[in-house]
Amino acid sequence: MNTVNEMSLSFPSKSCNEAFARSAVSAFIMNLDPTINELSDIKTAVSEAVTNCIVHGYRRVGGTIYIKGKITDTGKVIIKIRDKGCGIEDVSKAMEPLYTTAPEEERAGLGFAVMQSFCDKVRVKSKVGSGTTVTLEKTIAPHNA
Amino acid sequence: MLKTEYANNILTAYIDGEIDHDSAVKIRTQVDGAAQSLKPRLLCLDFSGVSFMDSSGIGLVMGRYRQMKLIGGALRVVNIPDRMYRLFAMSGIEGLGVLR
Repeated sequence: MNTVNEMSLSFPSKSCNEAFARSAVSAFIMNLDPTINELSDIKTAVSEAVTNCIVHGYRRVGGTIYIKGKITDTGKVIIKIRDKGCGIEDVSKAMEPLYTTAPEEERAGLGFAVMQSFCDKVRVKSKVGSGTTVTLEKTIAPHNA
Repeated sequence: MLKTEYANNILTAYIDGEIDHDSAVKIRTQVDGAAQSLKPRLLCLDFSGVSFMDSSGIGLVMGRYRQMKLIGGALRVVNIPDRMYRLFAMSGIEGLGVLR
């Protein structure tokens, strides 16, 4: 499995950058010729992960969000979304559907559930005080035009 | 981003474009402002113009459901594009009986 393309970007944790991040990632995977549904799945998962960085990782303080993207020769898309924020104390608890620590902001507690449902694989690495990295993987099926 | 219409005690909000954490805050402020002053019997959220949404859209719907209960009204969500229905299904919001 060889890497055929890579990208990285960083931007401040402003909520207007949620749209920028998902658009940038969808532009990056565009030459895999994804279906509308595949594109929408990845955009949604990226939007959830970036929103988590803003709402939770950098809650109240702000900081930089880093995204790294990779495409392999098997059509696998790997997107890493990282913050250097507060980190998650209990990752498995945070991943439970409907669990949220920000109900006052009307967060539904579905972020990780959506990422898991819309991607093939989701990995979360987090350390309290130093930040969280979410890795999303999804293979874009080759299809003949 | 949002157009509202009020007739026969029904407030309809036509949501247009993308719903994420950023835009949800703005939509919520506008819809709640209108609902607070008009106190409609029914708030109808029309999703036909929504081109993208993440789970912030679910938070928006659940929040409006609570708001409408507080003022003694009901909520209905209509014209959800097929592609977004999966998110609603995941949330268990179907059980509230507000989706059409």
